Amino acid sequence: MNASLGGNDALVVAPVLLPLGTAALMLLLGDGRRRLKAVLNIGSAALGLMLAVALLWRIDAAGAPASFAVYLTGNWPVPYGIALVADRLSALMAVLAGTVGLAALLYALARWQHAGMYFHVLLQLQLMGLYGAFLTADLFNLFVFFEVLLAASYGLLLHGGGAERVRAGLHYIAINLLASLLFLIGVAVLYGVTGTLNMADIAQKLPQVPASDRGLLHAGAAILAMAFLAKAAVWPLGFWLPAAYAAASAPAAALFAILTKVGVYALLRLWTLCFPADAGVSGGFGGMALVLGGIATLGFGAIGMMASQRLARLVAFSVITSSGTLVAAFGLGQPTLAAAALFYLASSTLAGCALFLLVELLERSRQVEWGPAQFDDGNDALPAFFEAEPTSGANLDDDEELLVGRVIPGALAFLGVSTTLGAMVVAGLPPLAGFIGKLAMLQALLNVGSASAWALFVLLIASGLLAAIAFMRVGMRHFWTGAERNTLRLRVVESLPVGGLVLALLLLVFYGNAVLRYTQATADALHQPQQYIDAVMGARPRAGGAQGTR
Amino acid sequence: MEIVVSLAVGVLAAAGVWLVLRPRTFQVLIGLSLLSYAVNLFIFSVGSLAEDEAPIVRAGALPDLAHYTDPVPQALVLTAIVIGFATTALFLVVLLALRGLSGGDHVDGQEEAP
Repeated sequence: MNASLGGNDALVVAPVLLPLGTAALMLLLGDGRRRLKAVLNIGSAALGLMLAVALLWRIDAAGAPASFAVYLTGNWPVPYGIALVADRLSALMAVLAGTVGLAALLYALARWQHAGMYFHVLLQLQLMGLYGAFLTADLFNLFVFFEVLLAASYGLLLHGGGAERVRAGLHYIAINLLASLLFLIGVAVLYGVTGTLNMADIAQKLPQVPASDRGLLHAGAAILAMAFLAKAAVWPLGFWLPAAYAAASAPAAALFAILTKVGVYALLRLWTLCFPADAGVSGGFGGMALVLGGIATLGFGAIGMMASQRLARLVAFSVITSSGTLVAAFGLGQPTLAAAALFYLASSTLAGCALFLLVELLERSRQVEWGPAQFDDGNDALPAFFEAEPTSGANLDDDEELLVGRVIPGALAFLGVSTTLGAMVVAGLPPLAGFIGKLAMLQALLNVGSASAWALFVLLIASGLLAAIAFMRVGMRHFWTGAERNTLRLRVVESLPVGGLVLALLLLVFYGNAVLRYTQATADALHQPQQYIDAVMGARPRAGGAQGTR
Repeated sequence: MEIVVSLAVGVLAAAGVWLVLRPRTFQVLIGLSLLSYAVNLFIFSVGSLAEDEAPIVRAGALPDLAHYTDPVPQALVLTAIVIGFATTALFLVVLLALRGLSGGDHVDGQEEAP
């Protein structure tokens, strides 16, 4: 049975309050005191990550697949107040958010924190929005946390300035404002049909919706899904992503690696909750749309990776590929497949984050500076895949002297190995985490056996191949060219987060079985929404205490 | 009442969508504002429209939507207005920054090739 841990688990709300408090404190500190702010920020981000890990630990320790921790804000009874609920999925996403946030922050300490006044505040607010979006169990509260994380991401995208960032930022903000309006329309319609905003309560009331309101309900759910799909950059709603992510500063882009996953998370949460296969008339509503959209996204992302001339755009397209994979896999509605996809979600988020950090280090080593006047709109004429003529000093077979006796500097070796590992995860090559996730997905797809499952099966393999080719091409251009490069200086604080992320990816492999067991339990719980509903609706406010004015 | 609100939502949304699709940044901004007005009015309407009713359950009257107006959409609209206002203001800042950097008001920062 489900192991609900009562209605007053303060550990659930702590990851949200901590960044809020830190951000407020840092605003009070004013413009200067960078060092103090950096220390505060690291402390807070690390503590937030630890809280998320503790939450995950607590929930996993409860044993049952469906275990929940509930916090009722203001001690209001369930459907009236806002409830925060941590289940396995929320805890997993919160840990990922904390990891990515900490990595981006550590990286930013070297240079980027000096590029603007409010970097630390924005980063904390971004984390608050992420934790909140993952933990809330209230639809309108989800909207508010979406706006918090979006508002912070607008600031972070513009961090560092320059025409390219401002232009990409303008598009990003316009798209997201429109998506937020769709979100509001969807929430309003769902409220109009069910009369409640608590997700569990909505799911509980859906079977009672009369047939005359079904159309309205489906329209509202579809409009709401549009907002999430735009956030997850699902084709054809994802054209904003490559320009925005490629323009963002490295730590911001690394942090954005989890933003698309917020859209995927919201889709997964609401879809499994509201439209499970046994929900009668509405059972599995929209599943086919998710699968088709995901497959189209996967194809679009893979082609985009092949067409990318810049490393940053390549990584951005790999983010699109991974969100397409996830949306399609979740849309098929099979617990085994969803478990594999969740594993893939963890590995691809961490790999995306690491690669976005590496992009800047690599571009720096090549002395590539994109002038402020240069816009990259992605459709500039292809430069025939760069150097057709070998540059002087290139390693050529008929010039064998150059092949031997060249010292590889340590920093370059580190970058090369990290990039290779990250690319292998994204492409899903053995023996790394991406391979385990993809293999598990392929196995699950074999058992599904429908036409769309076969299409996804083929596309998963094909996109892995295309990703491998694209990364190999970039790797050859970056590491094997004999072009003069300035001496690569790598600060410890910059290599630390990259190394940490690569280590996390390796740990995902070593503990692959344990992680897969966890994601399997997560997926099983997700596909039995009644337990979630019971846990939330069954939470009781704490007796006595500060009930005061009510 | 329903007709008036529906018409208002429809006209605002139509004008907003048209403006958002225009190539000038200021038109996009006004379009987004109009769209958010439309959405706010729409949220109002989902709580069932009532005239001369308070959003408070009074003693003696049945607590159903025939006797009072739903307070929740009003709270939602208030939140949505505040958030929409803040993000629109931010959009305005970015708009001005792009204008300063590119010297034009095209959304792509440069005029389309003739």
